[in-house]
Amino acid sequence: MTVLSDRQQLSYIAAQAADARLNVELETEGMTLNIGPQHPATHGTLRIIAHLDGEQVVWAEPSCGYMHRGYEKLTEVRTFPQVTTLINRIDWLGSFANEVPFILAAEKLMEIEAPPRAQYIRTILFELSRIANVSLFLGDLGVQMGAITPVFLAFRDREYVLNLIEGATGGRFHPNFDRIGGLKDDLPKGWIDETRQVMRKLRGFCDEIEDLLFGNEIFQSRMRGIGVIPADVAKSFGLSGANARASGIDWDLRRDQVLPMAWDKVDFKVWTHPDGDCFARCWIRLQETREATKIVDQLLDDLPPGPVMAKVPRIIKVPAGEAWVATENPLGEMGYYVVSKGDLGPFRVKIRSASFNNISVVPWVLKGVYVPDIITILASLYFILGDIDR
Amino acid sequence: MLGLAIEIPYWGQSLLRVLGGIVAVLLPAGTIVYLFLFKMMSFMQSRLGPMEAGPYGSMQLFAEVGKWLQKEDIAPEAADVRIFKMAPIIVLVSTFLLVAVVPFGPDAYFTNFEVGVFYALAVGSVSVIGILIAGWASANKYSLLGGLRAAGQLIAYELPMVLAVVGVVIQAGTMNLQGIVVAQNTGEIFGFAGIGFPFVITQFVGFIIFMIAVQAELTQAPFDMPIAESELVSGYMTEYSGFRFLMFFIGEFATAGVFAFIASVLFLGGWGIPFAWFGWEGLADVPNWMNVAGPLIMFAKMLLLTFIIMWVRFSYPRFREDQLQTFAWKILIPVSLLNIAVTAIIKVAV
Repeated sequence: MTVLSDRQQLSYIAAQAADARLNVELETEGMTLNIGPQHPATHGTLRIIAHLDGEQVVWAEPSCGYMHRGYEKLTEVRTFPQVTTLINRIDWLGSFANEVPFILAAEKLMEIEAPPRAQYIRTILFELSRIANVSLFLGDLGVQMGAITPVFLAFRDREYVLNLIEGATGGRFHPNFDRIGGLKDDLPKGWIDETRQVMRKLRGFCDEIEDLLFGNEIFQSRMRGIGVIPADVAKSFGLSGANARASGIDWDLRRDQVLPMAWDKVDFKVWTHPDGDCFARCWIRLQETREATKIVDQLLDDLPPGPVMAKVPRIIKVPAGEAWVATENPLGEMGYYVVSKGDLGPFRVKIRSASFNNISVVPWVLKGVYVPDIITILASLYFILGDIDR
Repeated sequence: MLGLAIEIPYWGQSLLRVLGGIVAVLLPAGTIVYLFLFKMMSFMQSRLGPMEAGPYGSMQLFAEVGKWLQKEDIAPEAADVRIFKMAPIIVLVSTFLLVAVVPFGPDAYFTNFEVGVFYALAVGSVSVIGILIAGWASANKYSLLGGLRAAGQLIAYELPMVLAVVGVVIQAGTMNLQGIVVAQNTGEIFGFAGIGFPFVITQFVGFIIFMIAVQAELTQAPFDMPIAESELVSGYMTEYSGFRFLMFFIGEFATAGVFAFIASVLFLGGWGIPFAWFGWEGLADVPNWMNVAGPLIMFAKMLLLTFIIMWVRFSYPRFREDQLQTFAWKILIPVSLLNIAVTAIIKVAV
């Protein structure tokens, strides 16, 4: 809890005191509501301890760690190529995107770079996993608000993307396709044409969701002006990704840093929104899905020929050193700080996952809202439990 | 009851009424659940719905009922057990009480009394008590919030519903539901008597308000704040399982059917069909076969109205509690009052 939140707290206490003076005998006691760890809105095992006065939240605090799997420690007893199997499971909706920053960090230590074709395919798969992740969010948004139809549309169209990922990598959810120095395989035959068709379908899905949800008056009245996070607060809590951009922070790691990936070769727009409310966060994600489909289309157009694997030794030993690589994952900034002592496996890996920082703003933003808004705000902040607990 | 040739003793009539009541409540409920909840929702969401039990999954509901009946009847440890167990029965009973005044034909009704509209609206709100005590007696915070929300919402939407019906009552000049049906079917629009005079034409505002209020009374989306499975985990129904949950479930859809019956009586001409009134002067002229055709016509109209209710339910997100109250008190009630005033002025002037 920060200084910033105290203003709300004070006004609340003043209102309480005024009421208590008027009718002392009717003074009421608050109620503590445990939202979770088993609750449909937390899609996982997040627990929010909310102290309520009627339907208004006095304070709320997220309590995480119910699904902690100890990945940082487990990486220390794996070799470098084995680690991708583990870190696939961090953000399970966009698995491939988890592998990339770790592999890039390892490549940085080994001072090798993947061939251009591998870089392009990596970027394509990265954006496909972003689409798979965020399209489910767009559908799930409806369920959190009580509209049950959008989620089925999302599952229908996400299936095409998963089929693509499966076609290229062999794994629908956990590709485990990225290798140090390149990729396991080249793209299969006919994959490029199919991807173009699917991207068209996905743009149709975005239009559909915009019609069905974003244009709905009830949806807008539930979303607009709710859970406003100003830019300075977003910065102080370390929000990243769409949550930061919705608060007007123009910051996207795809554009703002130089990586051996293909984002600098394509033309895409980084959307920001000045409002910082729930609607802005959801709208940004909708636009990002559209941008991702365009990025994939552009990359497919000028996919360079060549090998997909650089020359790497058969037994990979990463030279001693430390490297930090972060990428703009579907949920926000995700980075790996890899320390190597020159062994087969990493000495220490620190995982910076986006959701963990994104939910740190929950106590601040939930103060004073109503119970239905808790769900809206949590849904719009968009976390994956695996990404919080690791 | 029915104008049959043989004389039925009083106990026989009572038995017929009870059986008829059960059919009139459960048949619409089953039809709505299968047609709309299972099939229409599935088609809207690009899936097939139940397909295995019976042809096109038509026996699915019986399978579900069988499953629920087998389940253990659990009451939470801290619950007020007697009241906890009573609540679903109260909700279901209010549905049965509601169907008692609905006329299905010239002689096919359970009871026909002069203040039928008044009775229907009064009995319709009995279910609030059931829901409130279900929320309270469950000893669950989510249930309590759901029960309180339900009470607030149902009371707020009772009022526009009553006010919307007042327009119809003014126009028909009677509170007897049978009288309202006859008034609609024998009426004429500017001298053209072909389709009678269903009140939905003049009372269009009232009809819309009535349907919105019905949606809220049934706690269907976008007014499903008391249930709100994504935040309150089904609200007042959280702790119920087995056949008590089944009672809530049947109650929800049976009430939808019965309210659709009442709406079709009030606004769509009840058991008369457009173009098929054959110039009967009053109730006494209507031949006996309308007692068979009437229920079928009512059933068709009920399906039409529940289709609209379910269509909205499956496509809209839900309101927040305060927005819902604002909508009732600041928009629906003033509009319905205005509707009454305009109706009354036109009634007196014309």
